[in-house]
Amino acid sequence: MRMNTSDEDLAAAAANGDGAAFANLLDRHYDRLFAFCFRLTGVRTEAEDLTQDICAALPAKLGSYQRRAKVTTWLYRVAVNAAHDRRRKRATYTKATTGWGDWEIARKAEQSESTEALDWLTAAMNQLSDDLRDTLALVLDDMTHSQAAEILGVSEGTISWRISEAKKALRAIKEKEAAE
Amino acid sequence: MTDDLDDLKSMMNMATPRADETRRAENLALARKNFDDLQGSREQPRPTPVTGRNALWTGVTTMLNALTSKAALGTTTALVACGFLFLTPQGQSLLTPPTATDPVLTKLTGASEANDTRASENAELQIAEDVAILDAISPPVPTVESDHSPAPEAFAVEGTAAEEPAAMAAEPALPMPAAPVTALRSVNRSEASQTAPSPADTSRENANLYATAPIETVEEAEIAQPQAQALSTLSVGDRIAPDQSPAATQPNTETYANATLNPLKITSEEPVSTFSIDVDTAAYSLLRSSLSRGQLPPANAVRIEELINYFPYDYPTPDAGDAPFRTTVSSFETPWNANTQLVHIALQGQMPAIEDRPPLNLVFLIDTSGSMGSPDKLPLLKQSFRLMLDQLRPEDEVAIVEYAGSAGQVLAPTAASDRTTILQAIQSLGAGGSTNGQGGLEQAYTVADAMAADDEVSRVILATDGDFNVGINNPDTLKDFIADKRDTGTYLSVLGFGRGNLDDATMQALAQNGNGTAAYIDTLSEAQKVLVDQLSGALFPIAGDVKVQVEFNPAQVAEYRLIGYETRALNREDFNNDIVDAGELGAGHSVTAIYEITPVGSLAQLSDPLRYAPNTVAATSDEIGFVKLRYKAPGEYISQLIETPIIGQSIPGTEAIFAAAIAGFGQLLRDDSHLGDWSYDEAIALANANRGDDNFGYRTEAVQLMRLVQSLSK
Repeated sequence: MRMNTSDEDLAAAAANGDGAAFANLLDRHYDRLFAFCFRLTGVRTEAEDLTQDICAALPAKLGSYQRRAKVTTWLYRVAVNAAHDRRRKRATYTKATTGWGDWEIARKAEQSESTEALDWLTAAMNQLSDDLRDTLALVLDDMTHSQAAEILGVSEGTISWRISEAKKALRAIKEKEAAE
Repeated sequence: MTDDLDDLKSMMNMATPRADETRRAENLALARKNFDDLQGSREQPRPTPVTGRNALWTGVTTMLNALTSKAALGTTTALVACGFLFLTPQGQSLLTPPTATDPVLTKLTGASEANDTRASENAELQIAEDVAILDAISPPVPTVESDHSPAPEAFAVEGTAAEEPAAMAAEPALPMPAAPVTALRSVNRSEASQTAPSPADTSRENANLYATAPIETVEEAEIAQPQAQALSTLSVGDRIAPDQSPAATQPNTETYANATLNPLKITSEEPVSTFSIDVDTAAYSLLRSSLSRGQLPPANAVRIEELINYFPYDYPTPDAGDAPFRTTVSSFETPWNANTQLVHIALQGQMPAIEDRPPLNLVFLIDTSGSMGSPDKLPLLKQSFRLMLDQLRPEDEVAIVEYAGSAGQVLAPTAASDRTTILQAIQSLGAGGSTNGQGGLEQAYTVADAMAADDEVSRVILATDGDFNVGINNPDTLKDFIADKRDTGTYLSVLGFGRGNLDDATMQALAQNGNGTAAYIDTLSEAQKVLVDQLSGALFPIAGDVKVQVEFNPAQVAEYRLIGYETRALNREDFNNDIVDAGELGAGHSVTAIYEITPVGSLAQLSDPLRYAPNTVAATSDEIGFVKLRYKAPGEYISQLIETPIIGQSIPGTEAIFAAAIAGFGQLLRDDSHLGDWSYDEAIALANANRGDDNFGYRTEAVQLMRLVQSLSK
């Protein structure tokens, strides 16, 4: 029976304290959420940690769920916000360890060269600004521009503009690589 | 433009790793744990904009805001003045009693002779005099004047403080403990009166307050120390209490009577289907009640036959002298499947001339347990019974038995003409105590037996929220008791009220075994329908133990399925067994049953033919099937038989199609596995197009409910 229940019903039930509904809902969306976190961060371990953050905080966020919104929209908004929080924390951390950070980046770069595990796309994504990456992550997840706009809380035009900017940036990276 | 993105997307999809299973399980467990932790605290009062999460701080702010009143300003100024008097050497010297040898002070005492001789006031007056003397001696200094300008305010308030028995003047060593008390009092006072008293009035007003409200003073003094906490706690408690709705805190203990969905039957294996009729309507009212609260009903609360039978249908009425009801059988294409057919069996009961009806003996058995207190229970019940009272005749008799902790007769059998007495008795009912359903039932039947006379119809009408929480809890045991009583000729109807602990299963068990109907009353208009419009149907049975048996022709029908009636299924052999109980048909009632059949050779056939058994049956008849009905005339023990063949497809009428639409709607609510793509859109369109006359708007309301369900289930 539960499999036929819509996400929205489950979320509403969960908001009313139905633990089974909550577990069911999260189980349904976990993989998608993880994939989205990966897109947002570009690093597997980061994605794992971000997903964990979201999972831990999600019960408290249920109160903010409004029935008229789609569950995915709401969940992605929670995810984007969690990613922002994480980046902000990271920025403070980086600032506090600037000197060491250079060394760390150098070490990472060396590592990536040696393993060549980091593929082009993730590297390219990491060179984009946070806003562009968020937007791209959403749009690559089959979200329409209007949905992405709703999740990020900006206008649809902004999303379209960001996408074209992101494309431009990616093309530039590609050309640069080709030139090398 | 999108090509770039498509490439990117496929690359991204390739790059995205799968979620780690262990991490996944861990994270899910973590989320679940946090969820549960959170639930624990959910019961606590939630902060409102008024109380706020930081009610302590709000309380302090309120206090500080209140302190800025003129009275408080005066008080604080007075405190500073007191401090000056008691703690500084100058102040102490001012306080010392004047000696006769001091010329200045002698002069002062003389001046203040008419006034109160209290020390503090003397002190203030001394200051004033000093200033006056200073003024007289030296040229006027503007700053001195302005420094002393608030003084009169301060003195006025300070004067009241000094009137207290424990005034600072009497105990100069302990001025500080008294100070906060005074401050707090002025806060309370200014809150209470809201009008800031002018400084001149303050002293008198304060004196009055102390004189008239000594208890208040004690309380104030007690909470003086932990004032902020005490205030905030109080306000939180007071404001949260009414916000907590009973529905949010009380667990939902509703139980529903339903059985698993009727399975698809293969005609060659099981050609006969038997069931008892059902004229209850409780499931529909429950559905409406759930939807009006914005919830979809649990699937088990949906009994499709009760949804269908809720509506009055305009079926052909029986001719005079025939059986008490008329059977109409038709078959037509299924709205949700072009390859199957619906067999629609309609029973229309005759409407006896109302003027000729026998006198009624009604015993209202009313649940007055504590749970009946909410407005949609006992108060609605009282209003409903008033409506019903208008339908009774002078020769009818009414008695009222209430049951809570113990059963008691509230109204001895009274002629319906004595409206005042009956209304007073109804009005006197109040909720309280726990429920003892059985004690009440026994007493109600005893009263009914006493009222019974020849050619009269006796009926117990049980009105409850279904909560039989003392005595027989087991529906089966209670059922046996009712079934025994049924044979004495007294029938039982059950009216359900309210939600939250509605015990639908018990209600059904009681009504089905008491030869009565179960109705759920959620609104006054439903009371109008059940107790006024359809009163005669609910109270006067025209046929008892009505059973339906349908035999399908395996040469024509490959598979069949009965829609609804899950709780009314009978064994094949029960049909001819007159001892087996079945549903009653009331005057003017109509009953509809719908089968979905798959004709032989249809594309919609779900089962494959057997390999080792003869899979074709010689066509011996064109008939689809054969309907047999058994019923007993009221008061008789031998059943009579009515037989009707189901002949091929016919053109369905509005009534049959509306019933089909409701059947489809019920299946959408319960289990839509047989409906394919058919959705609420189609159900709504079909029902809307076949509303017929719909004099009282029941079908229009149904269409509205269907639309509501559609929106809720999106």
